[in-house]
Amino acid sequence: MARLEDLPVWEREHLLHLRDEAPRFATTPWTEGPALGARRVALISTAGLHRRDDRPFTGGAGATEYRVIPADATAADLVMSHVSVNFDRSGFRRDLNVVFPLDRIKELAAEGAIGSVADFHYSFMGAPWPSTRFEPKARELAALLARDRVDAAVLIPV
Amino acid sequence: MREHTEVIRPPRALWVPFMLGRPFGVPDDAGFQRRVLLAALQLLDAPSGPILREFPDDAPDSAGDEERDGEACPVNFSRPRPIAEGQHALGQALAEEIAQLRPWHDLAMRRRGGGTSGLSGLAPEQAGAFLVAFLGNSAPANYRPEQALGVSLKHACDDLRAFYEDAAGAQPGRLSAAELEHWYYFGTVAGEVLRKLRRVCLNSGDRSVRLFAELTLLPRAVMHKASSQG
Repeated sequence: MARLEDLPVWEREHLLHLRDEAPRFATTPWTEGPALGARRVALISTAGLHRRDDRPFTGGAGATEYRVIPADATAADLVMSHVSVNFDRSGFRRDLNVVFPLDRIKELAAEGAIGSVADFHYSFMGAPWPSTRFEPKARELAALLARDRVDAAVLIPV
Repeated sequence: MREHTEVIRPPRALWVPFMLGRPFGVPDDAGFQRRVLLAALQLLDAPSGPILREFPDDAPDSAGDEERDGEACPVNFSRPRPIAEGQHALGQALAEEIAQLRPWHDLAMRRRGGGTSGLSGLAPEQAGAFLVAFLGNSAPANYRPEQALGVSLKHACDDLRAFYEDAAGAQPGRLSAAELEHWYYFGTVAGEVLRKLRRVCLNSGDRSVRLFAELTLLPRAVMHKASSQG
């Protein structure tokens, strides 16, 4: 997320238009689980990240698919193919963790602040609109997360 | 954006005041990133929701980075803005520029363990030549005929930018995100090529190429700046 008042007027207007068009939900689901120190955590990004040898993201019918990022992936393994050019990528080029904190989550697990790190993490490419288009793939991914015994997911917009 | 989260109402959300593209605030600052991540994870212990919590601090070095709309760039680039005219001269100037940046890029590769390009499978010289070829009378052959030409263009553009930004990141005197964007699009031959490319591609007979030019060839900030500069 970012601070709207820091953006130029034309960017602000564009983003407020998207806010006005964003889907509304009648209810907000609420679930609880074990304490943080016992949770198994996965990272899910919308930055269009994937392994270098995986398929780049594109628009069209496959735009809502996700890519798998194994927990042992390194910064050198990952590239970004988000279709948008309207956000900073220079931070990502210096340090993967500013977008996808794979090292940080492993450190938290080693310290015992969280229970464990999932074996697999994931990235979508957040451009498709409206975001409700992601629902079938999100449900598919939720089942995979359950099989990985994940009970906490950090959803990371870019 | 907080405004969007307020209407979508997810169960737990942490609002952070960082620039788009940097959800954990700042690169190369493990301590700060850790605080942001922990603040998000601690929402799991909230007893009820929906909850939208604000992260209290700005990113440590974000002051210069937030001037994305700045009219003036505070950096004096040693290389003057290129004035190459014609497809051939532009192609040659681009190849020279890439060769000049190559050592910096290789240094960045060694530090990071790998570069951040690799979508097109083209070397930067090839990606550059592919883009310049569009400035001629007819579009070049698609290096991956199984995908739309617009997609091939997008990947070549992304790879070229990654090469330049990786190289610039290895040079002394780190540029802010806004400075880096200004340098790439207004201070390099590559930027000149991209701005010319957009004009050509908007008139392409290929729909995928037109869409690419319209939507994702240049950042909105760059288009605004270019139009205000005439």
